[in-house]
Amino acid sequence: MSASDDMVIVDARRLLCPMPVIRVQNVVKKRPPGTRIKAICTDPGALSDIPAWARINGHTIIETLSGDDEHIITLEVGGP
Amino acid sequence: MTKQYKAAALISGGLDSMLAARAIQEQGIYVEGLNFFTGFCVEGHTHAIRKKDQNRPKRNNALWVAEQLGMKLHFVDVIEEYKEVLFNPKHGYGAHLNPCLDCKIFMVEKALEWIRENDFDFIITGEVIGQRPKSQRKETMPVISRESGAGGLLLRPLCAKNLPATIPEQEGWIDREALFDFSGRTRKPQMALAERYGFTEYAQPAGGCCFLTDAQYSVKLADLWKSRGTKEYELDDIMLLKVGRHLRPKPEFKVIISREEGEGKFLQGYKNQYVSLKTTSHAGPLALLDGQLGPGDLELAARMVARYSQGRNAEQVELEVREKDGSTRTLSVTPIPPGEIQQGWQL
Repeated sequence: MSASDDMVIVDARRLLCPMPVIRVQNVVKKRPPGTRIKAICTDPGALSDIPAWARINGHTIIETLSGDDEHIITLEVGGP
Repeated sequence: MTKQYKAAALISGGLDSMLAARAIQEQGIYVEGLNFFTGFCVEGHTHAIRKKDQNRPKRNNALWVAEQLGMKLHFVDVIEEYKEVLFNPKHGYGAHLNPCLDCKIFMVEKALEWIRENDFDFIITGEVIGQRPKSQRKETMPVISRESGAGGLLLRPLCAKNLPATIPEQEGWIDREALFDFSGRTRKPQMALAERYGFTEYAQPAGGCCFLTDAQYSVKLADLWKSRGTKEYELDDIMLLKVGRHLRPKPEFKVIISREEGEGKFLQGYKNQYVSLKTTSHAGPLALLDGQLGPGDLELAARMVARYSQGRNAEQVELEVREKDGSTRTLSVTPIPPGEIQQGWQL
């Protein structure tokens, strides 16, 4: 995990779901509302799981980008 | 003002836990879901590595269930803590390396910790008496309640009427009469309740939700423990057991050979941790070598990998050998004849 300005990067490459979701969840817990988190994943399942997890837990998906080998999901932490 | 009671539901992603959670929501209780990740969980995505399983939905069933029920879901990473459950199950293993009863006790114990930390009132599970031969029997239900420490705070809505009343029932937080008396292996009552709740889609049970109930997987795990002389493992170790063809020609090393493109792609992610082999003269699999190789072992492994390539009938097959540091060299071998691959090598 690394942070640049107000964006937190979660490197979830090579991890199979639900590990990418768990990594994102653990970062979200420690960040205030409004923080943007970018998850870089290789498991295409993350494209459905991270948005689903975000929806049910009150966070907002800003963008999803899907490449051949990597998928990037950006979300914004919601309120409690 | 009436207190809003809150329950934590253990959500596996299957129908029973989905019904149990909905039954309690129906009584006006606020419910959030918990899903424990041990590393051995059967995930749609693991299956989706393989092309033959590409049509399976790429979704996590626990998340999907939570979304259908309109509730939050919390994943709990128990990979490290779970090792003790697996290494020394007090109540023993099931048919394979599945410590189902200890696992259930452990998960309810973790759920108890969670409700205490998060100010929830009780725990619910989708257990049904007689549904599972090891962990869901009339005799094991009180064992789980007692040994987890949850006691009367553990409610099983689907079979509650067959069990003594729990605290939420005794205290009137919920109406016991509106709970159920399911028992046995039949799925008919669950299907009928699903229809009543309007659930038209749900995950079908297909051999349980844990790889430890799988005979072949358990053989590979036992082999891993034996070959290393210890039961300790990392997440990558147990993930790799889910993928590829595993052959151990000698006690000191094994070869993990991808069975198709999806698995090759997955194994490629491990090439900085293992020496890898890839056929270059013919289309073929990617293989990882796990263990200590002695004189002649690399060639033996290469001949095995060549056997599973398009060059299986060729005189010579060329392979790229990649060391963990990224350095490569070429090896030319004759594919091993099928008769020389001994049955005992296959894990």
